[in-house]
Amino acid sequence: MASSEPWNDARAAGIVAELQSLEGATLPILHALQETFGYVDARAVPMIAEALNLSRAEVHGCLTFYHDFRREPPAGRHHVKLCRAEACQAMGSDRLHGEILARMGCDWHGTSPDGVTVEPVYCLGLCANAPAALVDDEPLARLSAESLDAALKEARA
Amino acid sequence: MSITITVPQDAVALGLGANRVARAIVSGAEARGLDVRIVRTGTRGLLWLEPMVEVATPDGRIAYGPVTPADVESLLDANFTEGGAHPLRLGKPEEIPFLARQHRLTFHRCGVVDPVSVEDYRAHGGYRGLEAALQRDAEGIVGEVRESGLRGRGGAGFPAGIKWNTVMLAKADQKYVVCNADEGDSGTFADRIMMEGDPFNLIEGMTIAAVATGATRGYIYCRSEYPQAFRTLRTAIANGVRAGVLGDDILGSGKAFHLEVRLGAGAYICGEETSLLESLEGKRGIVRAKPPIPALKGFLGKPTLVNNVMTFTAVPYILEHGAKAYAEYGMGRSLGTLPIQLAGNIKHGGLIEYAFGITIRQVIEDFGGGTRSGRPVRAVQVGGPLGAYFPDDLLDTPLDYEAMAAKKGLVGHGGIVVFDDTVDMARQARFAFEFCATESCGKCTPCRIGATRGVETMDKVISGIRPEANLKLVADLCEVMTDGSLCAMGGLTPMPVMSAIHHFPEDFRRAGDLPVAAE
Repeated sequence: MASSEPWNDARAAGIVAELQSLEGATLPILHALQETFGYVDARAVPMIAEALNLSRAEVHGCLTFYHDFRREPPAGRHHVKLCRAEACQAMGSDRLHGEILARMGCDWHGTSPDGVTVEPVYCLGLCANAPAALVDDEPLARLSAESLDAALKEARA
Repeated sequence: MSITITVPQDAVALGLGANRVARAIVSGAEARGLDVRIVRTGTRGLLWLEPMVEVATPDGRIAYGPVTPADVESLLDANFTEGGAHPLRLGKPEEIPFLARQHRLTFHRCGVVDPVSVEDYRAHGGYRGLEAALQRDAEGIVGEVRESGLRGRGGAGFPAGIKWNTVMLAKADQKYVVCNADEGDSGTFADRIMMEGDPFNLIEGMTIAAVATGATRGYIYCRSEYPQAFRTLRTAIANGVRAGVLGDDILGSGKAFHLEVRLGAGAYICGEETSLLESLEGKRGIVRAKPPIPALKGFLGKPTLVNNVMTFTAVPYILEHGAKAYAEYGMGRSLGTLPIQLAGNIKHGGLIEYAFGITIRQVIEDFGGGTRSGRPVRAVQVGGPLGAYFPDDLLDTPLDYEAMAAKKGLVGHGGIVVFDDTVDMARQARFAFEFCATESCGKCTPCRIGATRGVETMDKVISGIRPEANLKLVADLCEVMTDGSLCAMGGLTPMPVMSAIHHFPEDFRRAGDLPVAAE
């Protein structure tokens, strides 16, 4: 994962200003902030509300509704999303996930001691080559505990 | 002259090491003094053969697959750059039976062209549909779509021509065309393959829709789980603007169409069209009550045509070849072709574009070759997480909107997920509720509360706590959710649950009847 910058109000305000003229700018702004800083700080809420003439409650509501947006700096340096949907279940994903989580020593939404955050996801569109995962946004098909280890090793390199 | 080698960069191929394969080919060829040019394409949809590498020879393309980085040396030793013999040699891709037997009206360019090249798209017949549309008036275009019998491919199956007509007739200073590319159903990936492999087909379909309805702005709402599709679309749109197929003067017609791709944020519910529009406006993805329908009051309150990726991509063919040519495929009121996605526990999974009317069994056996585990098929879920689970004796049902509905199932987005005999249907029923509880937008009570109560009640059934009484409760709950939910999320969650209970009753009584005191 590209290393994130520490939160910076001026830099955030610049991102908001750059995108605020888009129709329905809230999601593009939240995505851009998270891409830059790795998360969306609470200080962004009044900033976006003012720029888009929305209430703070509306922006907060949007920020908290979507699974993608993080409100805390990411705990891990790498992110693994494991698909829990039906096509992956048909290829034994439930058992595999148990094995992977045990190896990593954490639970869903948790972070392993070596800095890998694991999250569930429902369908990555790799259903004919299940089970599937994303490692830092890179797809991984026909997942096994070993292939995940190899992908993480490559991501760290 | 350099040798052209295509290596897919479809998400499946990438997930199986296609980038490393491409790098290995480049360095291996360099070491041998071979002049190769690598073109990154989408996939042809023969997904068990990915990464499938193709070499251009004087005889046409020759495919090899599935290729791992470790195979590249032996491929080069076997002169694969000239189509040489090798255990991975598959011959001409279009002669592989899985592909040769399909009706590829919409997907014929996928895996063939450079996805982000306008020039390559046009060289393979692209933009003939838009050119034909520009020769006609709006009524003429909408009439062609109506007569083709095209129905919304997102799942609801609403006649596209009627929707287009409503937006065309609406009076407003600004109208919009919005593509629903929030393909969240498990077991579906046709939208993804199209966006990664032939995005200009979607862009052309949306442009035709804009010309027909009088819209000048458009958005593609792409789910964030598809980073590769998003990147491809963004590049394709930028290239389209440069080439004059998008922007203020499309193909020199004087008509404007401005298109933008937007990224979702991991909410399944945003695949529901009103929730998608809320999200596009920058709000929480909460379902809107209808009416008003989006065709009259959609994005920012303006008339908006919302269609699925597969609906838009069917349109260029219809305008180029005529409604009749399209309507020759299919059966009953389900006309044209359906992009079927075969997935789960299956030997030969992938994309099968075929006329409506093919049976589920034909898809699984003739195309899929049975399960990947080699065990017997026990259950098949058709149409995504809100679709029914079918047992073996319903597999001869044809894929047709009405025929599937008659068996209390749905075609949905055309995804088929196969399970072998190790599946526990009580767990699958529980999962359907769990998924609904996770993804419900929370606006209506039957869905928000019902899903959670459903998980709890299924847990009791699974642990053998008064299974008969609790299954009756589940049936009651499902009735309330079906009748009382605002949208298909809560309204169809009962479909996988009740089909599992109805067709696989033995899985719900495994724990036996424990004494009540255990509760």
